[in-house]
Amino acid sequence: MKISLSKWVHEEGSAYAFLLPYALLFIVFIVIPVIAAAGLSFTFFDAVQSPRFVGLDNYIALLTQDDTFMRYVLPNTLQFAIIVGPGGYALAFLLAWMLAQLPKIPRTIFALILYSPSMTAGVAMTVVWRALFSGDQTGYLNSFLMGLGLMREPVQWLQSPQYLMSIMIIVTMWSSMGIGFLAMLAGILEISPELYEAAAIDGMSSRWQEIFLITIPSIKPQMLFGAVMAIVGTFQAGAIGVTLSGSNPTPQYAGQLIVNHIEDYGFLRYEMGYAAAISVVLLLMVLFFSRVANRLFASEA
Amino acid sequence: MATRWYQPYIGVKNRGINPEGFHVSQIKFYIVLIPLAGLMLLPIIYIFSSAFKPPEELFAYPPPLIVTNPTMKNFNDLFSILSTSGIPVSRYLFNSILITLVTVAASIIISSAAAYALSKKQFRLKQTLFVVNNVALMFVPIAVTIPRFLIVENLNLLDTFWVHVLPVLAMPVGLFLLKQFIDGIPDEVIEAAQIDGASDLHIYWRIILPMIQPALATIAILTFQAAWNNADTSTTYINNESLRTLAFYLTTLTSTTATGADAVAGQGVAAAAALIMFVPNLIIFIFLQSQVMSTMSRSGLK
Repeated sequence: MKISLSKWVHEEGSAYAFLLPYALLFIVFIVIPVIAAAGLSFTFFDAVQSPRFVGLDNYIALLTQDDTFMRYVLPNTLQFAIIVGPGGYALAFLLAWMLAQLPKIPRTIFALILYSPSMTAGVAMTVVWRALFSGDQTGYLNSFLMGLGLMREPVQWLQSPQYLMSIMIIVTMWSSMGIGFLAMLAGILEISPELYEAAAIDGMSSRWQEIFLITIPSIKPQMLFGAVMAIVGTFQAGAIGVTLSGSNPTPQYAGQLIVNHIEDYGFLRYEMGYAAAISVVLLLMVLFFSRVANRLFASEA
Repeated sequence: MATRWYQPYIGVKNRGINPEGFHVSQIKFYIVLIPLAGLMLLPIIYIFSSAFKPPEELFAYPPPLIVTNPTMKNFNDLFSILSTSGIPVSRYLFNSILITLVTVAASIIISSAAAYALSKKQFRLKQTLFVVNNVALMFVPIAVTIPRFLIVENLNLLDTFWVHVLPVLAMPVGLFLLKQFIDGIPDEVIEAAQIDGASDLHIYWRIILPMIQPALATIAILTFQAAWNNADTSTTYINNESLRTLAFYLTTLTSTTATGADAVAGQGVAAAAALIMFVPNLIIFIFLQSQVMSTMSRSGLK
C-alpha cells in the first residue's frame, strides 16, 4: 500500500502531533519507570556503583530470606488491601445507590460531604488524625473514652502495634469515596426507569434482586472503572501507616505495607535493585486484582 | 400479587432513581446517610474549628470540638513564623499557587489534544494507544518512585520548578475521561467543519474544546488535587527549600516530634495551614460538581 507523504502528514501526522506532548510525558514518567523497575529488579544497585546483573537473586531473596516481608509486609498488605479495597468499594456503591434515590439537592449535598475527604487525601488530614488519635489525654479519642470511663490511662494509639492497622483501615476507608464513587453515582442516575418497570412486570420481587439483576449489570462499565480506581487507590494509600506513626519502619512493623518496604530498602538502605523487585511485585498485585475486577465486570463484547 | 413494591415506578412520584421531590420511602436513606455524613464531616469540622481556636482552647481539657472564641491568631502565627530554614510561609504558598496554575493549564491542553486525536483522528496506532492508556489507569506511581527519581536526575530536573509540573501531567485517568467525552460528539460536527475548510487546529480549538467544557472542568479538578496536595515531589526531588510547596510545609508541621505544649500549640498553626490547603479543593469542587457528574456518567470502562 502506497500512501503519499503529504497525505500521511495530513491524516496520520497531525494525529501524532496532537498526541506528542502527552505521549512524551507518558513515556518518560510512566513507561520508562516501569521498564526501569523491571530491569533494575534483576540487578544489585546501590545508587553509587552502576547496576550489576544478579539474575533472579532479588526475587529469590524476597521469597525465601526476607523475613520481614513474609511475616509482616505481605500479610499486612493483603489484610489492608482486602478490607479497604472491596470494603471501600462496596460502601461506595451502596452509598451511590442510596444517593441516587434522593432528590437532586440533598443528593448533591451528601455527595459533596462524602467526596470531600478524598479531595485532600493525605497531607491536610494528617493534622486531624494526629489530634484525634493523639497519645496523651488531650487526644480526642483518649479524652472521649476516658470521659466515658471506659479507660483509665490514655492509649498511644498511633504507636501501638495492636491498633495501628485498624486506624489505618478506618482512615483510608474514610477517604475512599473518590472518583469511582462519583462514576458509580452518575452511572446509576443514567439507568433508564423503563428497565426497572420491565423487570417488575417480569416478576422481580425484591430490592436485592433489583440491585443484582438491573442496577449492577446496567452500570458494569462504571463498576469496572470504580473497581480499578479502588484498587489503585488502595495500594497508593499504602504510605498511611508511616504518615500516622511518623516512623519507617512502623512500630514493630504493625503498619508496614509493601509501599513502605520499597521505601525502606530504596531510600533508607539504598538497595535499589531489591526495592525495584518489590515494586514489580506490587505492580503485579495491582494487575492481578484488576484482572479479577475485569472478570467480574467486563461487558460482553 | 402481595408484593406491589414496584408500583411506585409506574404510579407514585418520587420513588426510585432520581426522584424530583421527597417521598416517605426516602426516610430510610436519610437515617443511614445523615449520621454517616456527620461522621465523615467530623475531621473537616475539626480543621475549621481548630484553625480559629485561641491557645486556651487548644490547651483545654477535655479538648472542645467547636471553637467558642474564634481568633485569627493561628493564621497570623502561620504567616509570621519562618520555617526552620528561614523561608516564610508565603513563599510556600506562592510556589503552590504557581505550580498548581501552570499544571492545571498545561494538563487541560495536553490531555485534551491527545484525547481529540485518540477519539476523532484515524491513524494506525489508535486502538493500541488507547488500550495502553487504559492499562496505565492501573499505574501506581508510588511503586516506581526509585526509577522515576533516576530519570528525573538524568534529565537534570532535580531542584527545578518543572519537576513539580511534568510528572503530574501524565495522567491516564484524565486522558481516558476526556476521550470518552469527546466520543460523545457526533462525527458529523467535525466533518461539516472539514468541508468548510477548517484546519485540525481550528477544529480542536474552536469546536472540540468549547463542546467538552464539563470534561475539561473535571480534568481541572483532578489535576488541581494532584498538584495542590502534592508533598511528595518536594520531599523526593527538591532540596532547595525555596522551591518547596505548602503541602510539603504542612507535612513538616505535623511530623515534628514535638510533644506536650509545643505539639498542642503547633496544632493550631497546623490546622490553619490545613484549612488553607483544604478550602480551595472544596470551593472548586462545589463550583464544578455538576460538570464533574456529567463527565463521570461517561466514565465506564468497557
